[in-house]
Amino acid sequence: MASPSPKSPEQSEKTKQYDRQLRLWGDHGQFALENGHICLVNATVLGTEVLKSIVLPGVGAITIVDDKIVTDEDIGSNFFLECSSKGLNRGSEALRLLLELNPAVQGNAVQEPPDQILKENPDFFKSFTVVIATSLGEKTIQDLAQHLWDVNVPLILCRSVGFLGSFRIQMKEHAVIETHPDNEQTDLRLDVPFHALSEYLDSFDIDTLDLKDHGHIPWIVIIYKAVQKWRVNNPHWPMSRKEKNEIKGIIQDFIRKDENGVPINEENFEEAIRAVNTALMPTFLPAKSQELLYCSAATNITKESTPFWIMCAALRGFVESEGKGNLPVKGVLPDMTASTDHYIKLQNLYRTQASMDAEIVYRKVQQIVAQLHCENISEADVKLFCRHAHDLHLISGSSIVSEYQLTSSVASYIARHLEEPDVMMVHYILMRASEIFQSEHCRAPGDWEPEGDIAKLKTCVTKLLSDVSCSPFPKDDHVHEMCRYGGAEIHSVSAFLGGCVAHEAIKIVTKQYKPVNNTFIYDAGSTNTATFTF
Amino acid sequence: MASGETQTSTDQQRRWLHIRKLLERSGPFCHPDFEPSPEILDFIMESCKILIVGAGGLGCELLKDLALLGFRKLHIVDMDTIELSNLNRQFLFRKNDIGLSKAKCAVEFVNKRVPGCEAIAHHCAIQDLDEGFYRQFHIVVCGLDSIVARRWLNGMLMSLLQYNDDRSLDQSSVIPLVDGGTEGFKGNARVILPGMSACIECTLDLYPPQKTFPLCTIANTPRLPEHCIEYVKVIQWAKENPWGSNIALDGDDPQHVAWVFEKAQDRAMKHGISNVTYRLTQGVLKNIIPAVASTNAAIAACCASEVFKLATSCCTSMNNYMVMNMADGVYTYTFNAEKRPDCVACSNSTRVVEIEPQATLQSIYDKLCEDPAYLMKSPGITTVINGRNKTLYMSSIKSIEERTRDNLKKKLTELGLFNGADILVADVTTPNTVTIKLKFAEYQDVEMTR
Ligand SMILES: [Zn+2]
Repeated sequence: MASPSPKSPEQSEKTKQYDRQLRLWGDHGQFALENGHICLVNATVLGTEVLKSIVLPGVGAITIVDDKIVTDEDIGSNFFLECSSKGLNRGSEALRLLLELNPAVQGNAVQEPPDQILKENPDFFKSFTVVIATSLGEKTIQDLAQHLWDVNVPLILCRSVGFLGSFRIQMKEHAVIETHPDNEQTDLRLDVPFHALSEYLDSFDIDTLDLKDHGHIPWIVIIYKAVQKWRVNNPHWPMSRKEKNEIKGIIQDFIRKDENGVPINEENFEEAIRAVNTALMPTFLPAKSQELLYCSAATNITKESTPFWIMCAALRGFVESEGKGNLPVKGVLPDMTASTDHYIKLQNLYRTQASMDAEIVYRKVQQIVAQLHCENISEADVKLFCRHAHDLHLISGSSIVSEYQLTSSVASYIARHLEEPDVMMVHYILMRASEIFQSEHCRAPGDWEPEGDIAKLKTCVTKLLSDVSCSPFPKDDHVHEMCRYGGAEIHSVSAFLGGCVAHEAIKIVTKQYKPVNNTFIYDAGSTNTATFTF
Repeated sequence: MASGETQTSTDQQRRWLHIRKLLERSGPFCHPDFEPSPEILDFIMESCKILIVGAGGLGCELLKDLALLGFRKLHIVDMDTIELSNLNRQFLFRKNDIGLSKAKCAVEFVNKRVPGCEAIAHHCAIQDLDEGFYRQFHIVVCGLDSIVARRWLNGMLMSLLQYNDDRSLDQSSVIPLVDGGTEGFKGNARVILPGMSACIECTLDLYPPQKTFPLCTIANTPRLPEHCIEYVKVIQWAKENPWGSNIALDGDDPQHVAWVFEKAQDRAMKHGISNVTYRLTQGVLKNIIPAVASTNAAIAACCASEVFKLATSCCTSMNNYMVMNMADGVYTYTFNAEKRPDCVACSNSTRVVEIEPQATLQSIYDKLCEDPAYLMKSPGITTVINGRNKTLYMSSIKSIEERTRDNLKKKLTELGLFNGADILVADVTTPNTVTIKLKFAEYQDVEMTR
């Protein structure tokens, strides 16, 4: 038998290899990732576990900064070191074994301590997409964080000790257009139908259709007709639960009956009744969008403004004029029982309107770009922006230095969470106190023997607590537990955090999905996590 | 020689310094049974046998994590071979390994990288291994993508439970099961103490129902690109048999996928439907679940920590189910999934099904497939009448299916079943036959003797 062998759109090797992740962030996300360059400071277990999950999906390049020499303890817990690595530079050894994971990734190792680089060649860090640092002393953390804040390079600072771990993301500003919400709001405009939509909806007469067609009417039409009928006696849009129930009653009456007066099972009408609550949500400018469009970055556009803010400014122009207070139509129709013709017609109406709206926004973008002589923004980018205009997400970050210096807002934030009482904030205090201990005693608390360090660590904790105007902890149990850890790095705890940090770095590089804002605490002992925003 | 050995043993001591701190020191949050001692590390290294089920995204991570937590007696089972699309997350495999056994490749890599690790590979299906095999392990940790296989494994561990004369559970027969699963940016991890805490069957409702498209939509009113692809897969392939009448559609054959893609595009074009892509076609045909390294790393690590806690008691175990979502920030929630007192797998009691005496065998069959407490795939139903086995219905073997098909239409009473009768049900979701007692609805106070 001859093979029908159609001209197959042969997928590239790369597309096949990355297939499972391309379904999550698309080819454009992959493109961004492949242009990313991640810097890791210190190839600890946590550090290499982070890089592993960034190298596998195919980041462009990695650079490891590490001046340490590989020890037995390193080999015992770090998968990206081997017995023969002992005595060699830790960063170079880890780099070699990490790059084996994916030949497409470039890599460098720099065998200098970060302090020295900051002093002698601070521009070194400027070129990275994200810097990830672990196992640093308090002083270096602040120096590095301050520098990266100044040069506007995102930093993820992470720790792993015993059953505890944390990471902190520092970014000045991070805008996400494709947030991929789990439950996306529909945007049907039944209360403010655009011309083509109302024309189409009005063309239906539910009562005169034959039974087969009746069962093929999309629920959007059904709800629209029910509301029209209801509004004969009510001037406003149905909002309350009672009014929505009246609409459901009208839809119920639309359902055809058989010769015995028993309602016929019509799936589309059932769907209409289920959809009433969401479909009748009035169209409005979400508070979050309002805030974004009218913040100073969007209203004071300059030559230095990023494309995101230029598009926000153009979008505001649209909302204020053509949009009559609303965002551009999304152009997405949920699936619903309907004949192919009805559904496709309706879908095309929404899509066409969406593309007309986006076109207007694009023209406004072009005007701004021309006025300011800044770099052009592609029509495709503007279209994508408009498609997701309802779910834009902006993170305005805070600096790690202000967190470390316990400015008054940080102090009161911590105090508030300690009063609740929130054990995850207690873990944060313990990790910070251990860092202070480390800089005072040049070793982790409990490194040699736990009991002797309990009192000393407690002093650090109490000092930290008094700095945020909190009284000392009534019990020593968390201090004791921290001394038990003795600075141990448990592989599975670091592997968990490594996965999370890699994940967040990928979100930052691809500018898709919402990253943690801004601090994540993990307790593997109780299997709990928490997010704090310093 | 002697000094060399001492040198090695101090290296060894230093190498495991991190976990020794946890195991040789007591702390305020330890399990009440915990007594710090160097012997715990010896136990982990020399005696504690762990079975890892699955050598995929989670399995590779688990093997690495457990080896670096000191475990050496590791077994890993997986029937699959390595494919190119695994390499974005299954980090123990390289392009050269494509086509080789996942279990063998993973074991080879980790034993080489972590000296002293003695992992053993089993390149076979979990169903090929018997009770004696599973009974040898202290803990089983599972990273599968198939719910049916997971349920089968759960059933196996439940069937190893032994009960004392007073019907209390014999604790020594309990093999804890740590289970992880991921889907895209989401995942879950849980600890199951068979007979003591909720098992997989207790919480079947936590699995989302599979998304299916009604046949009439696919055939008559397609609206989405998926509908067009399903049409070609379900209807057009069988009609046209492009590679001959006995060649089944193979989602892994690029030519087959390309054929479906083209036909689906034609159909979409005819109906004005857009966005039929090659990637979507492949996704629908193979029911592809997106997967990424980071989510797998986090979930597997969480499972590995729980194995470590169970094996050492150095900290209390998770109680008992964690869900994780990494799409919007990183969010986790840990809760206590409740054990079903009448669970078919873990309760040591016979499940009773209440049913109309007029009901047909079909209604029992449907209940076994659709009731969220069973969700079976193709249950085979037998009973014992007057001491003799009688097959009532079985679809898995063609000749028996044909012989018993008519029984589905018959009433239970016509088949010799009565109030209080036991039916025995076999299914791919369980290694054991499940006994179900029928209770006719009108009999209010029937004596339900065991
Ligand atoms: Zn159960």
